[in-house]
Amino acid sequence: MEEILLNKPGKKIILLGNEAIVRGALEEGVNFVSTYPGTPASEIGDTFSKIQNSKFKIQNLYFEYSTNEKVALEAGIGASFSGLKTLVAMKDFGLNVCLDALLPFLYTGTKGPTVIVVADDPSCHSSAQSEENTRGLALLAHIPALEPSDPQECKDFVKLGFQISEKFKIPVMIRTTTRVSHQRAPVKLGKITKSGIGGKFIKEPKRFVTMPPRVLEMKKELLEKIEKIQEFSEKNSINKIKTQKLEIKNLKLGIITSGISFLYVMEALKELNLDLPVLKLGFFYPLPEKKIKNFIKDFKKVLIVEELDPYLEKEIERLAKEVNCKLKVIGKELIPEVGELKPEIAIIALAKFTNTKYKIQNTKYKIQILKRFPQLCPGCPYWFVFSAIKKAVDTKKVIFGGDIGCYMLFGLPPLNIQDYLFCMGSSVGIAHGIKKATKQKLITFIGDSTFFHAGIPALINTVYNKSNPLIIILDNQTTAMTGHQPHPGAPKDKNPIKIEDIVKACGVKNLKVIDPIHQKEFINTVKEFLNKKEVSVIVARRPCKFVRT
Amino acid sequence: MLIVGTGGQGQITLLQILAEAALSEDYNIKTSELHGLSQRGGSVEVHLRFGKKIFSPLVSQGKADLILGLEMQECLKACYFANSKTAFLINKYIVPIPLQKPLTEKEILKNLKKISKKVTLIEAANICQKELGTNIVAGIYLLSLASFKKLIPLKPVSILKAIKKIIPEKYLELNLKTFNLAKT
Repeated sequence: MEEILLNKPGKKIILLGNEAIVRGALEEGVNFVSTYPGTPASEIGDTFSKIQNSKFKIQNLYFEYSTNEKVALEAGIGASFSGLKTLVAMKDFGLNVCLDALLPFLYTGTKGPTVIVVADDPSCHSSAQSEENTRGLALLAHIPALEPSDPQECKDFVKLGFQISEKFKIPVMIRTTTRVSHQRAPVKLGKITKSGIGGKFIKEPKRFVTMPPRVLEMKKELLEKIEKIQEFSEKNSINKIKTQKLEIKNLKLGIITSGISFLYVMEALKELNLDLPVLKLGFFYPLPEKKIKNFIKDFKKVLIVEELDPYLEKEIERLAKEVNCKLKVIGKELIPEVGELKPEIAIIALAKFTNTKYKIQNTKYKIQILKRFPQLCPGCPYWFVFSAIKKAVDTKKVIFGGDIGCYMLFGLPPLNIQDYLFCMGSSVGIAHGIKKATKQKLITFIGDSTFFHAGIPALINTVYNKSNPLIIILDNQTTAMTGHQPHPGAPKDKNPIKIEDIVKACGVKNLKVIDPIHQKEFINTVKEFLNKKEVSVIVARRPCKFVRT
Repeated sequence: MLIVGTGGQGQITLLQILAEAALSEDYNIKTSELHGLSQRGGSVEVHLRFGKKIFSPLVSQGKADLILGLEMQECLKACYFANSKTAFLINKYIVPIPLQKPLTEKEILKNLKKISKKVTLIEAANICQKELGTNIVAGIYLLSLASFKKLIPLKPVSILKAIKKIIPEKYLELNLKTFNLAKT
């Protein structure tokens, strides 16, 4: 950790993409950082947390783990309105949670420069629920979005993001993916700037209040800003053409790509011994349309290499109609729309695109391979909960709701007790719907951090609209899955907001806090609560074995 | 190269050591790893590429020069990245897969030798347990050995320097002992 704080401009050190994001913010003198942990974004907050809890603590820098991403962004908006340099970090689904706050933030714009880092997880390595592409949300919100390819760019783009935000008074999104956030490579350090002093909120209702009719004026102002940023994007060197050939004019083929896909394209060109012009887009939104038009105007065919949905491909098809209507735009014919890109996929696509002969190593060896599922750790307190449930009920007859956390593994063999799984906090909301629709027995699980994140409004709804699921809050006193971050029920200063107090205050009458190691009590309570006419809650409290002191 | 095994075997620490060692020898480096759900006791595979000019952090299908296996069954999964010239350096260690009959050592080696002749099984876990009282450092042993055997084109002294940089003070002595054990 000391290394990330080295103030030796020009020195190269190895950083994880997420650490490079932190370094970029430190070089810009960031004042305020908020986040909710989520893979593959967690190390951004964790690195700030480590710095601020160490002897290297940075003056005038505030960091918090917020209760959820929406609150994290709202806190960031408040800091920005008060003039602070602000960074908010989250995983892809986090952006869905805070979308409600994000859209008006584009209308008001920033006061203190603000960067929002969002990490997508193509192939869902550490994400249930969906294979999301947050580039679509950038379009929806009209937020300028930059896509780095490697740790060096993570640092550089965060810095550029702050500069764009400062110049145009608009939040800027940095969109990474797992293979960027969790990529290590040497990064050339710049100078760490001291964070400026505390903020001051100056009343400017015209700027910060989105009431109609002002709101439509604000939308117009936003679109005007975007036009100016597009001009900026046209001239900015993060959208660049890579080729060894001096004259692009005589070439018939070209490639357009961005983010991690750029690295696979370059690897493929090296592997195939080809030299084609490659336009690497650092800006996803707004796109440098003139630069793209100029790039494609003389080609016969262009290959668009991008992961997941064909956002670039569609835009480029549109631009081609204006400058080169005969151009063949090829994308998803050769590049899959599901799952992350891999170097071999890029190699095969480029070989087909250029009619180059290439034989990929056949690795369909006739060997026996066993499938290894992730498991609850040995000594995990959730094993006790599982064991009690198995003894208390016929698991075939009861419906089991799942939520986001280590206990998602209840859905995998050998446990197999999970009948639905959606997004943070949803287990309770869906349980209420099922209980309203049927007479079947239902037990739903939700973790402690997840309960604070999004479970509370759903719990109030079950009480208010009267249904009777049995909700088991798995309280292991930490946000375990993402790397043991603290939460309101298990803060660093040992002054917790007690989950049982919240549950009581929500109007739940059937409530027990049980250490699941007391199997008999747990089993009897499950049996008893399943027959109640009103909602019941068991707080299964036993710390994760990694936080036990 | 790839380092494969199960969650908690220290793949990311090994990756950090290798990346530091490669940087000290002025190579271009890229690595890739996974965190979170994918780590919980499941298979963990990390990638490291270094050379003159490196773009992709991921090794391509069938293109690995070296596969460092911390667990034997996981080596079979890594065969997606192997060709007939790929070297396998394997820890003699099997973590059973729940509800499944584990493959025997013999079966695994037979399978691997169908693909490459360069398969070396090392009693890393046993040696470390016997000499140092713990097999947690089996990965460091294997990595050091790979450098001494020139399976990784990085000087042992670079690996040693990187171990000193990456491993926390508390565990450094044990890891240095492991490095020296691999030397003999």
